[in-house]
Amino acid sequence: MSVTPPSLRPRMLGRGAVNAIVGLSALYTLLPVLWLLLAATKDRGALFRSDLLSLGDFSLGDNLSALFSMEGGIYGRWYVNSLLYAVLGALIGAMVSVACGYAFDKYRFRHKEKLFGLVLAGVMVPPTVLALPLYLMASKVGVVNTFWSVFIPVLFNPFGVYLGRIFSQGYVPNEVLEAARVDGAGELASYFRVALRMLGPGVVTVFLFQLTAIWNNFFLPMVMLSDQSLFPVSLGLYVWNSSAVVTPDYYPVVVVGALLAVLPLVAAFVVLQRYWKAGLTAGSVK
Amino acid sequence: MAPFLVLLVVVFLVPVGGAVWLSFFSDDQPGLGFGPERTVFAGLRSYEAVLSDPTFLAGLGTAALYCLVYIPLMVVAALALGLLLDSGAVRLRRTAQLALFLPHAVPGIIAAIIWLYLYTPGLSPVLDLLAKADLTVDFLGVHLVLPSIVNIAVWSNLGYNVIIFYAALQAVPREVIEAAVVDGAGPVRTALQVKVPLVRSSAVMVMMFTLIWSLQLFTEPMLLSQSTPVVGSRFTPNMYIYDAAFTRNNYGLAAAASVVLLVVTIALSYGLSRWTNRAARAPEEAAR
Repeated sequence: MSVTPPSLRPRMLGRGAVNAIVGLSALYTLLPVLWLLLAATKDRGALFRSDLLSLGDFSLGDNLSALFSMEGGIYGRWYVNSLLYAVLGALIGAMVSVACGYAFDKYRFRHKEKLFGLVLAGVMVPPTVLALPLYLMASKVGVVNTFWSVFIPVLFNPFGVYLGRIFSQGYVPNEVLEAARVDGAGELASYFRVALRMLGPGVVTVFLFQLTAIWNNFFLPMVMLSDQSLFPVSLGLYVWNSSAVVTPDYYPVVVVGALLAVLPLVAAFVVLQRYWKAGLTAGSVK
Repeated sequence: MAPFLVLLVVVFLVPVGGAVWLSFFSDDQPGLGFGPERTVFAGLRSYEAVLSDPTFLAGLGTAALYCLVYIPLMVVAALALGLLLDSGAVRLRRTAQLALFLPHAVPGIIAAIIWLYLYTPGLSPVLDLLAKADLTVDFLGVHLVLPSIVNIAVWSNLGYNVIIFYAALQAVPREVIEAAVVDGAGPVRTALQVKVPLVRSSAVMVMMFTLIWSLQLFTEPMLLSQSTPVVGSRFTPNMYIYDAAFTRNNYGLAAAASVVLLVVTIALSYGLSRWTNRAARAPEEAAR
């Protein structure tokens, strides 16, 4: 009764192996995060004994209060900075890039394709190459070590323009725009009232990608900022980690600080799942 | 549109131009302001200095070695996982994708911190387990430090690339696969001979972006350099640039190094696209 036909057996075996490989890969990606989660609940002693599973000394609360009181509670400041850079920057950046992509798609103007080529070149040039010249420019203008020195460069998102053009092609039919024009709507009005609503998912996608990029940004703030109260979380944790090499007291604080810094992005990705998948797919059908 | 063009000019074209311009000048009193009266035209002197500096060349060597290990590993692993997910044999496919993608939501510096702690004796449960089996591994030693950095990068980006491949594989027309099955191809043959050639453009894109980012390697070694003497302050080209500009205050040198790195990046990605184009054309011509 329970004898499997011979032809099915190798398939079952293959299926098991496939699932095992995928399962192991998932463990590989998940376990370090799990370690971070467990380590964040341990005091320094337990952290160094690395007995992570003992629930005896649950000190997440202590670690959190240590985190927010260390060096006059500067971590909270960094967190707010990161949120400002990332959320505001991504919001403005996404609006600008999608509008620009829309213009590339719907209007005809001189040197359009050459300009678009330049945008694509911008995708290829990584921001780290630009950081040093930007620093020198900023120092001439005198905005080094200010909020703006980090905020303005991160608005530039050529990949967002590229995505914006693709989304505009896909989501905004030309007939709708013509209908709006016939109804007497101006160009700006038809963009904001008609097209933008259709581009909504595209804007969210670009926003999400840019949010991640800015939140992860490390090189630019490192180059631009020397005032600790302007640091984003990434740079702050880097500095604290270098202190931890000398003063082990910093270890639990860095661990719990790192955990808190991961949370917003994980939350954003889980909530907005279908948008980033749409973005990745659009990007890969080049 | 206009605001973007302003950004394009201000934070892209001007800096690129500025870097090139600057690389021809030398600041003879380093560290003291940036007045034009102290800056002298140096022609190609900065380039000579950069290209004859063994530490810069060693950094380029490190980056090249890193690319040689990392890029094939990443493409093969991501493609394999994408194929497995696409094969339909995997349970909990959505959960698996989300799990694989999770590290992408972890900022690079924090990924580096997590792995640094997992590499640090005393902190790491992995090393403790190995110690119980009488194995001592020095992940931050001379031989393993580069693989350790590669591991951090693989961990961070694997899921992202898996999803790119998976999306491309899902777009392969089902009829093509059915035809292969009717012709008697097993699942493995279908995957390797039918599906893989059809997602070549995705593979090229993954390789291209991985290459560009690999040459910019900075965050991970910078963090590891706090904890191990093996990673020096000029370990990669980008660290060299940072060191030249902010430790040695030699902006001309740093700018020249930036331009060299940019040129190398463009040349390599151009070469890559040429090479893959030719490779793409060859089988088509053979089929004719």
